[in-house]
Amino acid sequence: MPEATFRIHRYDPERDGDRRWQEFTVPYESSLTVLEGLFYIQESLDGSLSFRYCCRAAVCGSCAMYINGRYRLACQTNVKNLEDAPITVEPLPHMPLVKDLVCDMTDFFAKYEYVKPYIMHDSKYPEKETLQSPEDRRKLDNPVDCILCGSCYSSCPSVWGEDNYLGPAALLWAYRFEADTRDEARKARVSSFDNERGVYRCHTITNCVEACPKELNPTEAVQWLKGAAVRRRIFGRWK
Amino acid sequence: MIYHELIIVGGGLAGLRAAIEAKRAGVDVAVLSQVYPARSHSGAAQGGINSALANHPDSADDTPEKHTFDTVKGSDYLADQDAAKQMCEDAIPILYQMEHWGCPFSRFDDGRIAQRPFGGAGYPRTCYGTDKTGHYLLHTCNNEAIKAGVPFYTEWFVTDIVSDSDGRACGVIAYDMTAGGFEGFQAEAVVIATGGAGRTYSNSTNAIISTGFGASLAYRAGVPLKDMEFIQFHPTGLLTTNILMTEGARGEGGYLINGEGERFMAKYAPKAMELAPRDITSRSIWTEILEGRGIGGKQFVHLDLRHLGREKIMERLPGIRDLSIHFEGVDPIDEPIPIVPSQHYTMGGIDTDVDGRTELPGLFAAGECACVSVHGANRLGGNSLLETLVFGRRSGAAASEYVSGLAQRRRGAPEVEKALQRMDEKLAALTSRSDGEDPYAIRAEMTETMKESFGIYREEQIMQTGLDKLLALNERVHDVYLRHTGRVFNLDMIRTYELQGMVEVALTTAAGALNRTESRGSHSRTDYLARDDENWLAHTLAYREPYGRPRLDRKPVTLGLYEPQERKY
Repeated sequence: MPEATFRIHRYDPERDGDRRWQEFTVPYESSLTVLEGLFYIQESLDGSLSFRYCCRAAVCGSCAMYINGRYRLACQTNVKNLEDAPITVEPLPHMPLVKDLVCDMTDFFAKYEYVKPYIMHDSKYPEKETLQSPEDRRKLDNPVDCILCGSCYSSCPSVWGEDNYLGPAALLWAYRFEADTRDEARKARVSSFDNERGVYRCHTITNCVEACPKELNPTEAVQWLKGAAVRRRIFGRWK
Repeated sequence: MIYHELIIVGGGLAGLRAAIEAKRAGVDVAVLSQVYPARSHSGAAQGGINSALANHPDSADDTPEKHTFDTVKGSDYLADQDAAKQMCEDAIPILYQMEHWGCPFSRFDDGRIAQRPFGGAGYPRTCYGTDKTGHYLLHTCNNEAIKAGVPFYTEWFVTDIVSDSDGRACGVIAYDMTAGGFEGFQAEAVVIATGGAGRTYSNSTNAIISTGFGASLAYRAGVPLKDMEFIQFHPTGLLTTNILMTEGARGEGGYLINGEGERFMAKYAPKAMELAPRDITSRSIWTEILEGRGIGGKQFVHLDLRHLGREKIMERLPGIRDLSIHFEGVDPIDEPIPIVPSQHYTMGGIDTDVDGRTELPGLFAAGECACVSVHGANRLGGNSLLETLVFGRRSGAAASEYVSGLAQRRRGAPEVEKALQRMDEKLAALTSRSDGEDPYAIRAEMTETMKESFGIYREEQIMQTGLDKLLALNERVHDVYLRHTGRVFNLDMIRTYELQGMVEVALTTAAGALNRTESRGSHSRTDYLARDDENWLAHTLAYREPYGRPRLDRKPVTLGLYEPQERKY
């Protein structure tokens, strides 16, 4: 039976913030994801291990971690595709810690909510659906697949340097609604990203593009928002 | 102690939709969720949501009545026909509402919401957003809840529902995972929306948090679970992980192929072929496998999409392709996908009416944890997302009405404080033990027993053995011990605690299945091959008896629209 060695970041706030590395050996039959390995450790080797989990099918965004020096979803990462041993598993870097592999996402979600991530629509809705052409719908292909895993946010040097910066995920969602033909937010949302917390703090470093496990492109979305902000502020054009 | 008029347990589609309804009715509502709401299992739904919008060129004369008939026929006539009718009628406005709230549905060229064919449906009426419809709907509702200002308690794990001396629900006890520690929530009413019990099986498509624990809370509070013997096996789970491959893959024209290279569905459902309902399709696959016609004689068959071509796969089924590549190492553009029928859905659940009311005043339930019943003995694909929204909305409205209609608010029910003390004592007992039963060994035995004894085909002797095993596990589970006693994000405690509820829920499935001496929908007995309307056109109710086998009762099925007929596809 093959074995995989996991080198795991441990942190316990109840033990004086004890922070250390711990190694575990996990046997497996033919296939093992990092998430399955973590469950094996929690069930059989060390019941104190903490990590987030839910769908185990790469759609919920719970288990984003820093694995062998890259942002990955633990559920989607098979150990046979990892070249380096041992397998190093860390929580998302540059985030406050809760315990072990669990980081504090409070700021991340507060910034997400700050951009008003919902359709604003003042005029009366039609009786049936609002019509939208397939071409207009395709403009949303990229941002609507975001699973809010936090990888891009954790990877962004502009976020590291400025606590108030909204970061790539929140701005990707601002773009998702600004680009939607059904949205009528006009001034209501633009003020959330056209400011000192917003789009101008993006220096197109593109770490977010590399970090995204869904292969989305927040950098490009932010540049679109910069253009939209200028169009609106200087030329008064909304769409 | 924290007080809200209405507590919603669960932040998936049903819980969010209920919360939005209550918040906009002016009720002080809050959502408690084990995970950030947009991470809930609703987001894993892929293929779509049924509504007779008549947008598809082939569905111009589709109506809610036809949708109702397909749902009732699909249910093998166990659905309550008034409830099914209500759902299919509500389906029209709720779909338009989701669109108005911004759900990024795929579109036809004329700009209307796109629809695709699905199993057991007479018309293409499954509205979709590529193959990520659940993800899009879940984020839409999460965002609308943010817009409405619904307060969330995120990563709070509810461990108990509390009733007062008048016999009404008056609050919950919950574990604050990130801060550590337990807290009591006092309320006038509670809505449970915690999803299905898929993880009582070892071969489930469900998220790891779909344990059925929420349903067990209602069960412990004295509310019966209904029709728990009806477990849906999805025809196409990925071979090594049981991850879902949407029915939409067959809706778009995918084939099921056995080891002899045949489209074997021709033998079982010559008209509907791969789009027969899930119970029939899963049985057909399993029969092929049992008779040695799996691929290479092994326990799987192929889902073949290659003839659809790269363009259609990339446009309509991009998520399926990604999952297949990442989790099975197979690109469906070039190779067929190895699949096996996998536990997928809990048709049964907390017994409710069409407004989510349970037998316990002040306690409501909606979504997969509830049983209205609209799915009866077999749910149609595309009806589960619909159920969450329709009955989430209705239970949110009914709970708001209930709260507003109360003669006086309890505010601080003392029973919640007492329950919190009991929780502390219970925990102290658990943590004081330094050895005992291993909860993960019990979990593994339970899930394997469910898979082996209460699977696609069922038989008296095998089920009896399975039930006996579960009864023994239900004893052992009270002797478990914790390896970790820390307060913060203690998975050992959560998973051990939820296991006790899971075993009880599994027992209701087992007892119901053994008791029902007929074959109907997903409940397929090799010793009772036929449906028996004379004796079994009835719902099963399971009531909790302390430490043992549930007490079973029956409840009549509401007919009135369609007489039961033989199902042919």
